[in-house]
Amino acid sequence: MNWLITENRQRINLKDIEIAEIDEIRKEATKINKRPIGFFGLRLDSGIRLFIILADDEEGKLYVTSSIFNKEDREYESFTQYMEKYHIFEREFYEEFKIEPKNHPWLKPLREHREEYNFFEMQGDEIHQVAVGPIHAGVIEPGHFRFMCNGEKIYNLEIQLGWQNRGIEELFKKKHSNQLAESICGDSVIAHNLAYSNLIETLSDRKISNKSQIIRLIALEMERSAIHIGDLGAIAGDIGYLMGASVFGAIRTLVINTMLEISGSRFGRGLIVTGGVNFDIDKEMGEKINTVLDKVSKDVERTMKTMLEAPTVISRLEKTGTVSEENAEKLGLVGMAARASGINIDTRFDFKDKWYKDIENKTTKFDGDVYSRTRLRYKEIKQSIYIIKKFIKLLQNYEKEDLIEDNEKKLIPESMAISITEGWRGEVVHIAITDKNGEIIRYKIKDPSFNNWYALAMAVRNNGISDFPLCNKSFNLSYCGNDL
Amino acid sequence: MIIKIVKMLLLLLMPFIMLGIIKKTKAFWSGRKGISIFQPIYDFSKLLKKEPVYSETTSFIFKLAPSIILTSAIFSGFFVPIIGIEFLINIDFSFVIFAYILGIGKFFALLSAMDTGSSFEGMGASREACFTTLVEPGFFIITASLCAMNHINTFESFRQFVTDLPLITKICVIVLAITALFIMILIECSRIPTDDPATHLELTMIHEVMILDNSGCDLAFIMWASGIKMLIISTLIASLIIPAVIPQYLTILLYILILIIISVIIGTIESGMARLRMSHVYEFVFVMVAIALIILALVTMKVFGT
Repeated sequence: MNWLITENRQRINLKDIEIAEIDEIRKEATKINKRPIGFFGLRLDSGIRLFIILADDEEGKLYVTSSIFNKEDREYESFTQYMEKYHIFEREFYEEFKIEPKNHPWLKPLREHREEYNFFEMQGDEIHQVAVGPIHAGVIEPGHFRFMCNGEKIYNLEIQLGWQNRGIEELFKKKHSNQLAESICGDSVIAHNLAYSNLIETLSDRKISNKSQIIRLIALEMERSAIHIGDLGAIAGDIGYLMGASVFGAIRTLVINTMLEISGSRFGRGLIVTGGVNFDIDKEMGEKINTVLDKVSKDVERTMKTMLEAPTVISRLEKTGTVSEENAEKLGLVGMAARASGINIDTRFDFKDKWYKDIENKTTKFDGDVYSRTRLRYKEIKQSIYIIKKFIKLLQNYEKEDLIEDNEKKLIPESMAISITEGWRGEVVHIAITDKNGEIIRYKIKDPSFNNWYALAMAVRNNGISDFPLCNKSFNLSYCGNDL
Repeated sequence: MIIKIVKMLLLLLMPFIMLGIIKKTKAFWSGRKGISIFQPIYDFSKLLKKEPVYSETTSFIFKLAPSIILTSAIFSGFFVPIIGIEFLINIDFSFVIFAYILGIGKFFALLSAMDTGSSFEGMGASREACFTTLVEPGFFIITASLCAMNHINTFESFRQFVTDLPLITKICVIVLAITALFIMILIECSRIPTDDPATHLELTMIHEVMILDNSGCDLAFIMWASGIKMLIISTLIASLIIPAVIPQYLTILLYILILIIISVIIGTIESGMARLRMSHVYEFVFVMVAIALIILALVTMKVFGT
């Protein structure tokens, strides 16, 4: 069999994707051992076509293939037994199409479990169960956590999600829009909207002005720094370090208020539309952003230094919630969580991008504990600020360009495109397939939380149960991004 | 008579002011304006007006407990020097009665937490019980050492330094005792670094998690009781500092000043450091016991030694 090798944001004809035997794909996939980013079915008249998309982070290429299950094929040998990182994808596929991956070690419902759910249980006099959620204290989304503990020590955590399932992929098929993309996950508005817009533009061959492209990336980096600063504050809050919590909270407001000045929304809603952007960043605004960022970077640096000099803070963060590099690799972690565990993948730099290619990406080796994730956030805030400043300078070259250059076009029939955007949490992947009328017949979204929730379950093992909230906050995963 | 009424009012109302000052201090350190120092009183009166809601799984213990917790706190307040002692009870070894009256309150708090059947509250109860077990010997060692030193078997020993011990020993004992009692406040009144009273994360709480199911006036009683407990331990600190020979009104003024200082210190500690990891909290509790043992050693050496 042959893989169709393509790139990020490139339209491919459905006809070019080979249909291979599933066993053969499994053997090939085991051999090349790449990271899956798409594993989803498409309902055909004759059965189900399974698309498998792998990412090669070193080369910046995507590998695509597919297989067909006829109506009578109800099972196949699971990929997971050979490569653990497929576990969540196969569960999702099984839930949607009821085609069973044989010998899957953990074939539990992913999103739909209204009736019954068999939790993993431990027996013994000393073991006690703690059930948290799905309704939590504080204004957060629903999710259920089941701990198996011995005293204060967690042996196992099982995370049951899906309470927030809105059927968003189906909504995209009915009527897709920027507003819908912005509502996938409230803290990654820009990332999801950008992924969606890029996808639609790729599928309809629409040109985007350089100016709009840069403004979009400025927004993306603003979002990254704002959320990271907020998370640093939240981490400080969880360990009861008041100073960090309040100062980072205040700094975050500066960043999101700048976003408000640019786009009229603190989270950048309405900024990005298919075809370009709605709001310009002119010279004056650019200078304003620069001044704010100078203050932000100075404040963040000072607070971070004070915080990491407090011994009580270090003692809470260090060696808490560790995910080893080996486990991170096996689980197929992405984005920030992967980088904090020492796997250097960042789709901004790995997949060739016109704008990021000149930016130097210094990688640091991290150990996978909460302290690493805290320091990684700090590093990424500084990097984002540097990138934004660079882009603002770059923007001057394209001052004369229009925000929206090209007219709206129809989607090209019988095609598929993959759009990857590095949101603050990790890669946001949007994939769409069109039919012969140019209508979307399959829309697939993969939020980084989808991969990374299992990192949390792994991180809290053998930690104190009172450290769970801190571990949780250090990942800050999205419920609705997973549930869709 | 007036002085007695003032003392009573102090015992009942000062806890709220202390909580208010702690909050104000925290707000100051984080660069905010903060709420009024009287806010805890408003919160309290608001809660008093509310009707408690009871879970179907709870028994009469859950309904009874808040009243017992409050009664035990107020009652134990009568035993301590300055605001209590001449008021009601002054018998030999009254500090043992004092400790166990507080203990009854704690016992019912634990029972009512377990009564709810919630896994969080059971966890909180187990943590609280563990810390109390460790704090109790520390408290007795300190009090008994002071009694032995002054040959008085009541809390009066906190104030009367009649012994012929060298001044330096006396000062050492007093400073150590204040430190130990201060740590006891941080542990018993669930302040940072042992517990975070402001958190919403059930899994990390100690004291707060035990009262998750309490509401309305029950919750008001429990909050009042824990405020009073803070005041009582602070009073022990104050009685070590304030000399016994000065006039009553001056004592009261000094006393209020010391309470305010203690609240500010607690607020500052909460602003400047993070909470300890749960496994390190036990070590922190042992610090208090260790200090108590040093006091014991000092006193034994001087009183019974050569």
